[in-house]
Amino acid sequence: MNRERIRKIESLAALSLSTLAALSGLFWLVFILGDVLVHGLKALNPGLFINDPVPPGAEGGGLRSAFVGQLLITVSATLIGVPVGVLGGTFLAEYARGRGISRVISVLSDIMVSVPSIVIGTFVYAVVVKPAGHFTGWAGAVALSIIMIPVVLRTTEDMLTLVPWTLREAAFALGAPYYKVIIQVVYRGAATGILTGILLSMARVAGETAPLLFTSFNNSFFSVNMNGPMASLTVTIFQYAMGPYEGWHTQAWAAAFVITVFILVLTLLGRFLIKWRYRG
Amino acid sequence: MSIFDEELRNLKERILKMGLLVEAAIRDSIKSLVERDVELAREVIRRDHQINALDVEIDEESIRLIALRQPKAGDLRFITTAMKITTDLERMGDLAEDICERAVELNEEPPLKPYIDIPRMAEISQGMLIDVLDAFVRKDTSKAYEIIKRDDEVDNLTVQIFNELVFFMIQDPRAVSRAVKITYIAKYLERIADHATNIAEMVVYMVEGRMIRHTENQ
Amino acid sequence: MKGELEIEVKGLNFYYAGDVHALKGIDLAVHKHGVTALIGPSGCGKTTLLRCFNRMHDLYPRNRYEGEILFQGENILSNGIDHIRLRSRIGMVFQKPTPFPMSIFDNIAYGLRLKGVRKRSELSEKVEKAIMSAALWDEVKDKLNFSAYELSGGQQQRLVIARALAVEPEVLLFDEPTSALDPISTAKIEELIINLKNNVTIIVVTHNMQQAARISDRTGFLMLGELIEFGRTDRIFTNPSEKLTEEYVTGRFG
Repeated sequence: MNRERIRKIESLAALSLSTLAALSGLFWLVFILGDVLVHGLKALNPGLFINDPVPPGAEGGGLRSAFVGQLLITVSATLIGVPVGVLGGTFLAEYARGRGISRVISVLSDIMVSVPSIVIGTFVYAVVVKPAGHFTGWAGAVALSIIMIPVVLRTTEDMLTLVPWTLREAAFALGAPYYKVIIQVVYRGAATGILTGILLSMARVAGETAPLLFTSFNNSFFSVNMNGPMASLTVTIFQYAMGPYEGWHTQAWAAAFVITVFILVLTLLGRFLIKWRYRG
Repeated sequence: MSIFDEELRNLKERILKMGLLVEAAIRDSIKSLVERDVELAREVIRRDHQINALDVEIDEESIRLIALRQPKAGDLRFITTAMKITTDLERMGDLAEDICERAVELNEEPPLKPYIDIPRMAEISQGMLIDVLDAFVRKDTSKAYEIIKRDDEVDNLTVQIFNELVFFMIQDPRAVSRAVKITYIAKYLERIADHATNIAEMVVYMVEGRMIRHTENQ
Repeated sequence: MKGELEIEVKGLNFYYAGDVHALKGIDLAVHKHGVTALIGPSGCGKTTLLRCFNRMHDLYPRNRYEGEILFQGENILSNGIDHIRLRSRIGMVFQKPTPFPMSIFDNIAYGLRLKGVRKRSELSEKVEKAIMSAALWDEVKDKLNFSAYELSGGQQQRLVIARALAVEPEVLLFDEPTSALDPISTAKIEELIINLKNNVTIIVVTHNMQQAARISDRTGFLMLGELIEFGRTDRIFTNPSEKLTEEYVTGRFG
């Protein structure tokens, strides 16, 4: 057969293979999400958010302490991680641009992104928990922030570098000092990208369990004291899923569902932001 | 050599061609007068249309080059000079025509006197034309300045011829018609020399960028 | 020609980092008000020279000046000069339009706010005046709060010019302002420059000789870092003194 027919067959074969691969990947994704959806929705009820955990077997327990704890830890982590990450990225992109040190920090940051979160957890255990003598919410926040920082830093650095140099020159030419150029012009130009980076890093840490295990541990009772052990959704899921009680399993499904939805919302928000910003 | 350089060279050649036609017209017009050759006079008159055609051609080409090539500096001065030179040349051609017309008229009567000064004037004027064309081609401003000086000689000869003819007219009233016509011819030759002077001044502008027209000192 | 000298360059030598000798012994005088054009083949140093006037080279390490540039009698190359203040008196418009990621109003008010203007009424007044000077008012008067990125390329460049005008600079530097624009926008900007020159001293770098011929009163021709010739534009284009100038201007090279 002639060359054109061969080409067409090759093309069809490649198309089929890639479609198959995509479908199989999608299949598992849909399966997992579907499972979480089905099981989670069943267990979802208002009581989940209002009540604290009760002893196994008893009725009417909720996950309020876990929700509140997760919120507190995540927000604290963000408050620590984001400024450090943004300022660090700014340093790399602006003041140390092109210098050797920026390459070193960049590479280190990339490595840190891939460090297993459990390693970060044990590190914070050694550095924060042991000296304190007990588990604390702060330690959990620190651990999560260490995971967040490299992501935010690299995103910030990349987004700032994308802002064309001529834009900075134009601001200089009007008589602006460097710090104003960064804050008033460069940040504004890179804002959407940086915000997306922050949202994505939040989505990343929202699902972490291992670092919290060694730092904030868990707490069955409702607590807003960051200086003591703090409950979190992820650790709770871990605990309940491993337990023997049916009630626990149901609640674990519900918690998994809520976390998944939270991460989904954050991610979609990030993508939506980019689309809206760069429309047209 | 770029297209533009080709076009400039072309323009220069056409100007030279026109100049040579004019020079021939002047020469032949005087010849027809002195040798009393009416046929030659009529031929020169006919040939004038060639000169006019070149005038139009060169003007149109110059305008085209200005529009399309946006010439600057030396090129610009050359092209604008070209347009002005052809105007002078065309007028010189018309003057040669006029000489021929007077020559034809004079042939209907016996000669008044032997022509001595007229041919001399013609020779100087012709020489000025040939030399100014040469100065144009070779961008020779010193030659151009020298040509401008020669105009005085022509002017002096005009006065001389006029005085001599007045004498003839006083002597013999029947000579008036012929004398007046010869005066015209002298006038035409003086005008031809003036046009050659104009061309010389334009050559100086083309080369040096200075306008010396209408100024006293050369 | 106005007689007063706005900027005098005396024996200017400029070295880029790494001792690249980019400008060699430049002497020239820019008259107050009016347009001065700088032309020359690529790499001749015209943009380098332009950027000396507002000391943009200081943004990058190890650049070095020698000689003097007198701006209204004061040497702006000396060490004690306040760059920030200098740049509010000598503004610059770049080749690519560079509006800030803000509304049209905020873009133009940027320089004013830098100088400390706070009152809304004063800002509004000066912004409106600047937009009118840039011949952009009719096109944006209802859209002042829109993002600057919604304007077309030519409009953005006029916006940038308005932004520079808002702080009422004494000198305005243009670095190939129309090379990124279509012919119609180019014509509008050229007309704008001609209208501005009665109130501002303008220096334009252009690689387009025709543009220099159209808009400038004086022209300087540079080659390989040297100022070959400088003089009235009509003379440069009808009867230049230097052979190199004649060759460049008639398109025989470069």
